[in-house]
Amino acid sequence: MSRVSVPCHVKGTVALQVGDVRTSQGRPGVLVIDVTFPSVAPFELQEIMFKNYYTAFLSIRVRQHTSAHTPAEWVTCLRDYCLMPDPHSEEGAQEYVSLTKSQMLCDMASVTELRLILRQPSPLWLSFTVEELQIYQQGPKSPSMTFPKWLSHPVPFEQPAPLLEGLPDPSKISSEVQQMWALTEIVRASHTSTRIGRFDVDGCYDLNLLSYT
Amino acid sequence: MFPLPAHPAAPPEHLKEPLVYMRKAQGSWEKRILKSLNSMCTELSIPLARKRPAVEQKELLNKWNEMGTDEPDLSLFRPVYAPKDFLEVLINLRNPNYENGDSLSFRTHLGLIQVPLKVKGIPELKEFFVELSLTTGQLGIDDSTQVPPELFENEHVRIGQKVLAEQDSAAAQQYVRQGSPTALRAELWTLILNISSQPEDILYYEQLKTNVIQHDLLVDSLIYKDVKLTASNDDYYFVFEDYLYQVLLCFSRDTSVLGHFAYNSASPPKSYIRGKLGLEEYAVFYPPNGVIPFHGFSMYVAPLCFLYHEPSKLYQIFREMYVRFFFRLHSISSHPSGIVSLCLLFETLLQTYLPQLFYHLREIGAQPLRISFKWMVRAFSGYLATDQLLLLWDRILGYNSLEILAVLAAAVFAFRAVNLMEVTSLAAAEAVLADLSTLKVMPLLQIFLFATVT
Repeated sequence: MSRVSVPCHVKGTVALQVGDVRTSQGRPGVLVIDVTFPSVAPFELQEIMFKNYYTAFLSIRVRQHTSAHTPAEWVTCLRDYCLMPDPHSEEGAQEYVSLTKSQMLCDMASVTELRLILRQPSPLWLSFTVEELQIYQQGPKSPSMTFPKWLSHPVPFEQPAPLLEGLPDPSKISSEVQQMWALTEIVRASHTSTRIGRFDVDGCYDLNLLSYT
Repeated sequence: MFPLPAHPAAPPEHLKEPLVYMRKAQGSWEKRILKSLNSMCTELSIPLARKRPAVEQKELLNKWNEMGTDEPDLSLFRPVYAPKDFLEVLINLRNPNYENGDSLSFRTHLGLIQVPLKVKGIPELKEFFVELSLTTGQLGIDDSTQVPPELFENEHVRIGQKVLAEQDSAAAQQYVRQGSPTALRAELWTLILNISSQPEDILYYEQLKTNVIQHDLLVDSLIYKDVKLTASNDDYYFVFEDYLYQVLLCFSRDTSVLGHFAYNSASPPKSYIRGKLGLEEYAVFYPPNGVIPFHGFSMYVAPLCFLYHEPSKLYQIFREMYVRFFFRLHSISSHPSGIVSLCLLFETLLQTYLPQLFYHLREIGAQPLRISFKWMVRAFSGYLATDQLLLLWDRILGYNSLEILAVLAAAVFAFRAVNLMEVTSLAAAEAVLADLSTLKVMPLLQIFLFATVT
């Protein structure tokens, strides 16, 4: 299924914390990232992809386009999706993650805004976020093929023409020829990846010092 | 051991190692090694690689089977690094996003490793190593002379022969979890590692031998020195000295080893043909297999010499063991079988189940990892008696994981805990743990995992 990237505007993260962010001792454990799509009409969301950076749990809320004049409401489409099985350890901390519309709790038919709510309950990490956020919508459907009539409506089995005397059975020959052709195709296609093992360049292995880049 | 299919957006370096700071640390470590090798090269005025003149090639070919008799002057060479240098790098490994404050918190690591990798606890280890439990027969325990062979050993050997007859690799892997009979071990390991000795494999080995004859590498001298310093001095392995050269010199020329760098956090050192600096068509890897040996490297090969006597087979087995397991013991990564995780697993097990011992050793300045690190980096080769070592390596193959090395290290400390509680210095602690050659591996593991009161 093809997918097309949707240009989005990711607003800065907002930390949710009780009390004053500057003066309180602890670090925020909840961050909110708003994602808007200023130049795109309401679309059907196919996939969300991002690189995690020490976020433990992710919730996503979505605002969809409604036909009526009532203001759109926020609906939770993903609740507490676990990105790090143990929030105190490194497992899953920097992984690439894909979320498809089938994992969402609600229909994602006409998305206008997304809100990502990141949670990291462990006090051990200095910061957490998600990076390289990309939103995808359904790509154009592949054009429907129309089959030629003789393929979609095969005629009933025809009687083969009577064999000429002394000649071998044509269907047998054709299957053998087909097999030979398949073999030649296999040989041509199986370009072996085993290296010859040459480590020198044209027989010369006279080196400079090792490079640091 | 091979990485699971990754996310399509993940770049190749993410497959090598997902955590950015570990990639950077590995890169810095590699740079240090390269600088060390380069300075050795310029100080001694020895080229990194040199084509041998025809006379020298003929000479080497003639004494290929007895390279140990050669006594080249290696006094000027020094190993590029030793395990303890690597340990210092691991001790200084820090996650920049982690609370590394000076004040003690509930999560301060009391050991030497300060990165919060996920390691298994004993309940998870019990599940993982379930075939080692008290109620399951083991070679290394239930084949001792006091136990009548009808109880376990005969049946186990019979099943082993059946597995070999069926040539079932997965069954062999499951089978060796309970240990492999000595007579069947060579074939079982061949089956598990998917080694087939086809004519082209023997031909490939001969090709590598030709490469050794034609070019002399600086790395060869490092290999010679390592073998002379370690395996040749070992009571069990000195007889295999010639085999070790035949394997390790060829290993350095084997470009097929470069493939494993796709999932190894390390990268092969690069260089250019003289005079063509910067031109990509003249870029080469050095050594051809991308692996720079360190002090003790030859000990990965030595135990295998007991099992395989045909050089090309021995070579294939070692190469496969290296690209599946041993490379993780000397590169910085977050993999559960990587050396960093093994160190943390060892320290966590010791801290959790022998807290008094851990605290005591820490107080006298004898951090346990300083003693056990060298055991784990060498997969206990050269420290255990060979029959015990092979029983341990059976389990590495069977469970496809190196975590058993950390568990054994903790079990050894548990075994000698009484003596260790009485020492008052790092040197004394080292002395208590200097000789492991009398230890029986399987009872130690079984008791530590399944019979210790937790």
